[in-house]
Amino acid sequence: MNKLLSILLWGAIAVVGAFAFAAFALKRGESVSAVWLVTAALAVYFLAFRFYSRFIAERVLQVDPRRATPAERRNDGMDYVPTNKWVLYGHHFAAIAGAGPLVGPVLAAQMGYLPGTLWILAGVVLAGAVQDMIVLFASVRRDGRSLGEMVKMELGPVPGSVALVGVLAIMIIILAVLSLVVVKALAVSPWGTFTIAATIPIALVMGVYMRFIRPGKVGEASAIGVALLLGSIWLGRSVAESASWGSAFTLAGTEIAWAMIIYGAVASSLPVWLMLAPRDYLSTFLKIGTVVALAIGIYVVAPHLRMPDVTRFVDGTGPVFSGSLFPFLFITIACGAVSGFHSLISSGTTPKMIQSEGHIRMIGYGGMLAESFVAIMAITAACVLDPGVYFVMNSPAAVIGTTVDKAAEVVSSWGFVITPDVITQTAKDIGETTILSRAGGAPTLAVGMAQILAQALGGKSMEAFWYHFAILFEALFILTAVDAGTRVGRFMIQDMLGHVWAPLGDTKLLPANFLGTGLCVAMWGYFLYQGVVDPLGGINTLWQLFGIGNQMLAGIALLLCTVVLMKMKRERYAWVTLVPTAWLLVTTLTAGWQKLFHPSPSIGFLALAHRFSDAAASGKILAPAKTLAEMQRVAFNNYLDAVVCGFFVLLVVAMCVYAILISLRALRATQPTVQETPFVAHAEGVAYA
Amino acid sequence: MREAPDRLRGAFARLCALGERGGEVWRGVFGIPDYEAYLAHMRATHPGETPMDRGEFLAWALERRHAGRGPRCC
Repeated sequence: MNKLLSILLWGAIAVVGAFAFAAFALKRGESVSAVWLVTAALAVYFLAFRFYSRFIAERVLQVDPRRATPAERRNDGMDYVPTNKWVLYGHHFAAIAGAGPLVGPVLAAQMGYLPGTLWILAGVVLAGAVQDMIVLFASVRRDGRSLGEMVKMELGPVPGSVALVGVLAIMIIILAVLSLVVVKALAVSPWGTFTIAATIPIALVMGVYMRFIRPGKVGEASAIGVALLLGSIWLGRSVAESASWGSAFTLAGTEIAWAMIIYGAVASSLPVWLMLAPRDYLSTFLKIGTVVALAIGIYVVAPHLRMPDVTRFVDGTGPVFSGSLFPFLFITIACGAVSGFHSLISSGTTPKMIQSEGHIRMIGYGGMLAESFVAIMAITAACVLDPGVYFVMNSPAAVIGTTVDKAAEVVSSWGFVITPDVITQTAKDIGETTILSRAGGAPTLAVGMAQILAQALGGKSMEAFWYHFAILFEALFILTAVDAGTRVGRFMIQDMLGHVWAPLGDTKLLPANFLGTGLCVAMWGYFLYQGVVDPLGGINTLWQLFGIGNQMLAGIALLLCTVVLMKMKRERYAWVTLVPTAWLLVTTLTAGWQKLFHPSPSIGFLALAHRFSDAAASGKILAPAKTLAEMQRVAFNNYLDAVVCGFFVLLVVAMCVYAILISLRALRATQPTVQETPFVAHAEGVAYA
Repeated sequence: MREAPDRLRGAFARLCALGERGGEVWRGVFGIPDYEAYLAHMRATHPGETPMDRGEFLAWALERRHAGRGPRCC
């Protein structure tokens, strides 16, 4: 009876999914409701979870629910704690979900909603969720060891150290690009800047409350914080409209960049309970709330996708980022499809808290599906916008100019007809003075969200409120990430410096701390500032560099997973990780190669660097530079970007060679050579579902 | 007539318990382990040592989550 019910249920989900896909497959060229897109995605998630993740867990990995996990064997009430499945799911999701899935899909929307959506779905099912789940499995079987330690164990000490340097490089780029997203959102926006500034005293109040007034009352403090935040958005409008206060909070991009750099240095040196922890609670609260609200909003409002399914920019001439669909779509959307960073989380605290190997599927695979759903929300919100507005917001000033008339003319000439009045009115609706060239994902997503949420709740007059709410929600967790990331970066730098001179590695020594923090902030601050002043690059350059780095890390994690399968003598099923590994290597190596050596200066770093250094040598000045010194700086920055990109490429090629050699050895072995902790059954009377 | 306040008190107590449980789940999401479970563990396996008090335990958990080496995502 149960079996019949199950067949009926899953059959029905498959039929609904097929209908949803048919809805936009059959209506190509016509406008389609966003509800179909979201429904199709949900059907894919449920089916993939029920069938594919179960296949991986039971057949490929042979997870053993009778086996005691590290949390049970080494339970110490502190690091190793058996944790309820759903609580751990929340914990894992809160740790993996950041701003990434909100940015990439919005940028990729320039190619239409279809390429991005299909990649998000195929990527998560076959690559992203597989990586998260198998890394989690491998770590659970190795006492909760980290990715770096596992690479050392299974691949050798040299690849282990090299991988750590790669992680630091990716951290620096991600901190720079996320800060750049905030700069793009807050430049010349007094309302936004005020509300973000207000989160600092709000966090301090919450921190003191949780430390001294009601220790440990996280829920109460979060509720107070959310109320104060909403109050600050409401107050922000008056601040922006006031003559004196408004101009005080109207900052240029470079000023906000400096503010971010100083903030990063100071915030990451404060005790965690004072600012980082309260902000972390707030942003998680907002993150979960906003995603749920947006999903409900889409079903209630049922907006139509106004972006075409595929635009002509698949040929690589798009204004938001340059480069053709293959390979650049696959590195622009990293988080949401497959994110290498998650392999660090799946081998962080989660494996030390899992109660049973039976939960690995839900937490590893299921957690990533939830993040992918956030990415689907983001692409939907970007594609329900008027495409004209989308391109005005996301094209650089060097392409569309700095006036509404010029921008309307250029964007209309691409076939996305828009009038200057519409641009001005859209800015007015959201309570801003301009929407031109606000690339970076956050503002576009915020306009899309504001339009959906305002239709569901509050009407047109609430649009400005919802816009600033969305900006606040994104900026808040980017600032949290900058703070937390700078701390992690400092640890990694001190770790490395410690090998040179031991006192530099001492995390209790203040001067060594300051040096580590200073170096970390200086590195990401450099890339940030370079992005802010570069009218062509910025997001265009940094996001792709981040995408290449992140996918390289995913490639390394999946190579580790493959080696683990080989060493378990499960080579029959090695295709489960080999197929996504191969795809990631092909796309990222192609993208890396093109970013280095493409003859077009809008794609290749070296081509652009040569153009500027050659012109400078003959005394010519090319826009946007105004002096010879600026010309040389543009050339230098592009050489630097080329070095970082080349480093990522070499890193993954080296890992690949190591993985192949070790896999071949494992294939020749007659016995499993995997280094797992020995089997121990659950203690008497312990039974976890 | 005396039943109504009693019932109200009962409902209030249940609400408090629910809030307490919600707080526990919320703390769990942030990776703050359960203090009672830690105490039980310390009593059972390290009877000679003095366990941290609640404040110290919370401070330790925060420090581990945020100042530690666990990088978090994009």
